[in-house]
Amino acid sequence: MSTQVSSNKAFFNQLKKYYTWYTGGFLVFLIALAILEQLGLPRVWIGYVFLFATIALYAGIGIMSRTADVAEYYVAGRRVPALFNGMATGADWMSAASFIGMAGGLYLQGFDGLAFIMGWTGGYCLVAFLLAPYLRKFGQFTIPDFLGARYGGNIARFIGILAAILCSFTYVVAQIYGVGIITSRFTGVEFGIGVFLGLAGILVCSFLGGMRAVTWTQVAQYIILIVAYLIPVVWLSIKHTNFPVPQLVYGTVLEKVTAREKQLTADPKEQEVRKIFADRAADMRKQVAELPKSWEEGRAAAAKKIDDLKAANAPVAEIGAAHKALEAYPKSVDDARKAWTAGATAAAGRSGPPMPHATPFPSLNPDPTKNAAERENKRLNFIALVVCLMVGTAALPHILMRYYTTPSVKQARVSVTWSLFFIFLLYFTAPALAVLVKFDIYTMVVGSKFADLPAWVAAWNKIDPRLLTITDINKDGIVQLAEIVIGQDIVVLATPEIAGLPYVISGLVAAGGLAAALSTADGLLLTIANALSHDLYYKMINPNASTQKRVTISKILLLVVALGAATVASKAPADILFLVSAAFSLAAASFFVPLVAGVFWKRATKWGAITAMLGGVGVTWYYMSVTQPWLRGVFGVTAPIADYMWLGISPISAGIFGLPVAAVLMIVVSLLTPAPDQQTQELVEHVRYPNLGGDTVETTAR
Amino acid sequence: MLKLTERHREYWRRNLNLTLTLLIIWFVVTFVMAFFARPLAEVTIFGWPLSFYMAAQGSLIIYIVIIWVYANRMGKLDEEYGVHEGDD
Repeated sequence: MSTQVSSNKAFFNQLKKYYTWYTGGFLVFLIALAILEQLGLPRVWIGYVFLFATIALYAGIGIMSRTADVAEYYVAGRRVPALFNGMATGADWMSAASFIGMAGGLYLQGFDGLAFIMGWTGGYCLVAFLLAPYLRKFGQFTIPDFLGARYGGNIARFIGILAAILCSFTYVVAQIYGVGIITSRFTGVEFGIGVFLGLAGILVCSFLGGMRAVTWTQVAQYIILIVAYLIPVVWLSIKHTNFPVPQLVYGTVLEKVTAREKQLTADPKEQEVRKIFADRAADMRKQVAELPKSWEEGRAAAAKKIDDLKAANAPVAEIGAAHKALEAYPKSVDDARKAWTAGATAAAGRSGPPMPHATPFPSLNPDPTKNAAERENKRLNFIALVVCLMVGTAALPHILMRYYTTPSVKQARVSVTWSLFFIFLLYFTAPALAVLVKFDIYTMVVGSKFADLPAWVAAWNKIDPRLLTITDINKDGIVQLAEIVIGQDIVVLATPEIAGLPYVISGLVAAGGLAAALSTADGLLLTIANALSHDLYYKMINPNASTQKRVTISKILLLVVALGAATVASKAPADILFLVSAAFSLAAASFFVPLVAGVFWKRATKWGAITAMLGGVGVTWYYMSVTQPWLRGVFGVTAPIADYMWLGISPISAGIFGLPVAAVLMIVVSLLTPAPDQQTQELVEHVRYPNLGGDTVETTAR
Repeated sequence: MLKLTERHREYWRRNLNLTLTLLIIWFVVTFVMAFFARPLAEVTIFGWPLSFYMAAQGSLIIYIVIIWVYANRMGKLDEEYGVHEGDD
């Protein structure tokens, strides 16, 4: 044992040395690029350098970590020290959505968005107390492995495989989609090419070395993503508070934002713009109400306008515009209904005063009864969402799998602490960033002249108008808050420019977003490929396969799954973001109950687990498919959403219904079926104690 | 055939007690706080309404602390009851 200790210690010191050098090297690289920018290196080149340098780096680590050994391939040889497993988990965990979308979500939603911050961190308490140490003691390769061993046989394992794929596949598609967006925005390549470039980046990491390569690249990716996230925020904080640790001082900025909100709510110019939107919304509603007559009249008017212009010999440009307007006119009464209803909703959405950022569960409804009901509904949804995100965190296979890789149970426990610490560094910064950016926009942009808008406003509008559009609605030449349309991704993407940093930092932010997306995609792809190769092929179809064959099959499947995900991503499915958050509800409803009961309740039986998983997922899926607009379209549900709503819970939190169903089924069916056999009970004892004298059960897979 | 001693059972009971205590803290910090977020917002610390501070930062710090406490206490418990691993 003592040679083991000293070799682990030496390994840890070696890793520390490597990654310290690596971080130093990365900073030198940044400074060199900053100098080159000053010397006149064009922006597009900076984008290319970041893209190719980082992907080459990950590829290098991937190639150095190549392996054909089963334990190395599936669980990195189980010798990842707690600290590094924490970093790898952090990168595995934080996806493109966390990195790019989260601060923007907080900007738009204020307090209510904090459900994501709490949910995606508090879930680690459940991982630490209820799962990680026991899974590590169990010590096999995948989560279906545990289900198969604890719940006697292939049915539980097979359902586990299906659930793991269901949760992970949509998630990985979203990551690859994110990679495509980032590469195309920062290098100007086409979206589809961006997707396949990203795919190459993902495959070079995971293909040759499985979990081993993914682990060491994830550590490298964590360092890049956290540096990229913190630098611009620190700068912005110095700009507004003269203090470099925004997390400690943004309370005062939040106070100023709240004061400014009150000002803007009462401002007559703001009210004027809001009134214009309210009128527009009313107009459109009227048009919808008068369908189909209003559609025919509108089309006739558009056609007539062309004739009039032609008759009056108007300039070609004007006639062209009128033609375009006719072409864009809804093709049928149904199209018109859809387009105008959407238009009315959008205009109505811009006709209200700003939502207070710091107030929990705000409602601006003037009717006191409705106001109270709205607030109550928001509170309920907040709590339901926190539950789903937390329990989902503690049930996502690609995260749980990481705790198989530590050298011991003790290290697994410590490693959860490190994981949450590294995640915390980003998650406690995001709310600060949201407040700082809001303050900047509310005070520097709102109230300025259109002619004096900062350059980044036009630049981002040109890249994608959904990210940022400012239109002079009331034609007074001054920007009002109600004239700004802001997309959530802009908050992180534009922070370097808002803070007045050189372009090289924007490139760094892109590289950070890329690192976040790639690292998560790696972990997810591995989960899916392992579920298929290890659980389905080796454990269920061909238990006699040689180790070499198993690793080869796993690599081939990885390639197939990756190509499949990239193909789906390049088609850019509409509601991909919904599907990602749905993964949490689905994971919560399927895995959590059987995993926890498997450790803490000896009486939990095979059929209890099977019905719990099926029932949990079934209820969750049903609720989503009848309440989520896109899924309703897919399944052809036409009755009004309100008929299906339970307690007004939004579809993203559907797991709140699946979870108790799973728990009840687990308990009732277990008690109705015979207790598990002696062997299974001994397995439970085995996982409960890090080291049990006289223990004859051996589960560790090598 | 595996035989658990009384010591083993005691270890597991103490583990369950610790787990339960920490889960109660987790529950209060998360859900009781969220439920009373509106009245808590009346209190302000360093500019933050208390509920905003807790949801954005305070609860996160408490999560890390309780996970650390768990890892630490369980490590000691393992040694005390002789169920610790060879070493790492």
